[in-house]
Amino acid sequence: MNKEEIIEVLKTIIEPYSEEVTALAHIDENTDFINDLKINSANLVDIVLDVEEKFNIEIDNDSMAKMLTVKATTEIIAQKLEAHAG
Amino acid sequence: MENRVVITGLGICAPNGTTINEFSDAIKKGISGIRHQPDLEALNFSCQIAGKPLLSEERISQYFTPLELRNLNSTGILYGVIAGLDAWQDAGLNVDNNDEPDWDSGTIFGTGTSGIDKFRWAINKIDALEIKKLGSSVVIQTMASGVSAFISGKLGLGNQVSTNSSACATGAESILLAYERIKTGQATRMLAGSTSDSGPYIWGGFDAMKVCTFKHNHAPEKGSRPMSATASGFVPGSGAGALVLESLESALARKAKIYAEVCGGHVNSGGQRGLGTMTAPNPTAVQRCIQAALKNAGIQPHEIDVINGHLTATTKDALEIENWKTALELSNDNFPYINSVKGMIGHCIAASGSIECVASVLELSEGFIFPNINCEDLNPEITALIDSKCIPQTVIHQPVNILAKASFGFGDINACIIFKKYPHE
Repeated sequence: MNKEEIIEVLKTIIEPYSEEVTALAHIDENTDFINDLKINSANLVDIVLDVEEKFNIEIDNDSMAKMLTVKATTEIIAQKLEAHAG
Repeated sequence: MENRVVITGLGICAPNGTTINEFSDAIKKGISGIRHQPDLEALNFSCQIAGKPLLSEERISQYFTPLELRNLNSTGILYGVIAGLDAWQDAGLNVDNNDEPDWDSGTIFGTGTSGIDKFRWAINKIDALEIKKLGSSVVIQTMASGVSAFISGKLGLGNQVSTNSSACATGAESILLAYERIKTGQATRMLAGSTSDSGPYIWGGFDAMKVCTFKHNHAPEKGSRPMSATASGFVPGSGAGALVLESLESALARKAKIYAEVCGGHVNSGGQRGLGTMTAPNPTAVQRCIQAALKNAGIQPHEIDVINGHLTATTKDALEIENWKTALELSNDNFPYINSVKGMIGHCIAASGSIECVASVLELSEGFIFPNINCEDLNPEITALIDSKCIPQTVIHQPVNILAKASFGFGDINACIIFKKYPHE
């Protein structure tokens, strides 16, 4: 799965957590979950759970703490997928 | 200066009606909301009947966002939010999406426990070593104040936001707490009410105590029998009732519809002394509570038109009538009308007081006395105390001016409220 494909799946995961219609429509690598999408910080753990389920990966606490932007999240997902495949 | 306090909005989520119109019609007609519950039967409950509000997915989706609904597993929060938001809207109050909270409005919305199904799910996850999978929705649904927190977030309330808990007196107590806050000028409007979860995990403890009836599993609608000679224990219920309390000044200024006035009331405890125990009332305390409520409201016993009793359909019903009679010092034939909603909806535990207060307020505002059902065989211990004509079994359409409502709860606690019809000039 390449970066663009991961972002596409990530978009569908994030969508229910944000009411920022415009920001959602323009999600790119630089999008910040809290500043741009105004996602309630308590929901970040729910997004991680959804990511784990959707990509069939496990995310450790250290990685979780970094998942605040689309870029960081995509990188972590890519890493875990690769580790999984290896 | 003390404010007069009136009721300007009502909301309901009861086993026999989930809108005010539906509920008002149901209580006039004596329609039961008690049904057989297959889950209770499958779990070997002695009592396999109960009262649960019926709500469609479509109705629920009007009150919660899809994200909230995704992990919502708290029927108490569901019922409380629906009743609460309906009451707010009924009062003609807007749900503005302002940045500024409404500093003059708050809520006291009570419950016994919150989100018991969510709690069970979380406990199972933790024990299965899946703590991480809990997500963010467990705390907000299992904290006792979850219901008031959900309501206040939806309405933007900026005054006191709290949840009271006093067993089966919770609902009546919430109204008195809200009343005091407005009376003393600390708030202009308070959403009062209470809610109670449905299901085996909330009702199981009562079933095990053998306080619920096990004789009517095949005739659910006949099961809840307050004041009947064949009353054999209460039928568990669930739901929520909500009332918007407001200063008379504010209600008049915004030309709000006024349902009734809260004249006063009292809460007390029997201290589990004398005949009082964890589960049985101290009669002296009950009588004192009723008398203190009347004194607080400035009402004489003979002025009471209707008593809305606690009357759960256990052997204690006769004792309750005796307590009313002693407290009011009225003769058998001078006793007011007395009725109990529980014949139709069962005992809605923490929600009982608020649901029953909604019924009481409807009687005052619409001018009727709802019938007692399932007491065609009146308990002779009760008819020895009061004339049977005091216990209507068909609806009576007549103006009601003063109504006394009492609720009693485990822990030997009591609450009594005096409501008065509001004269519309």
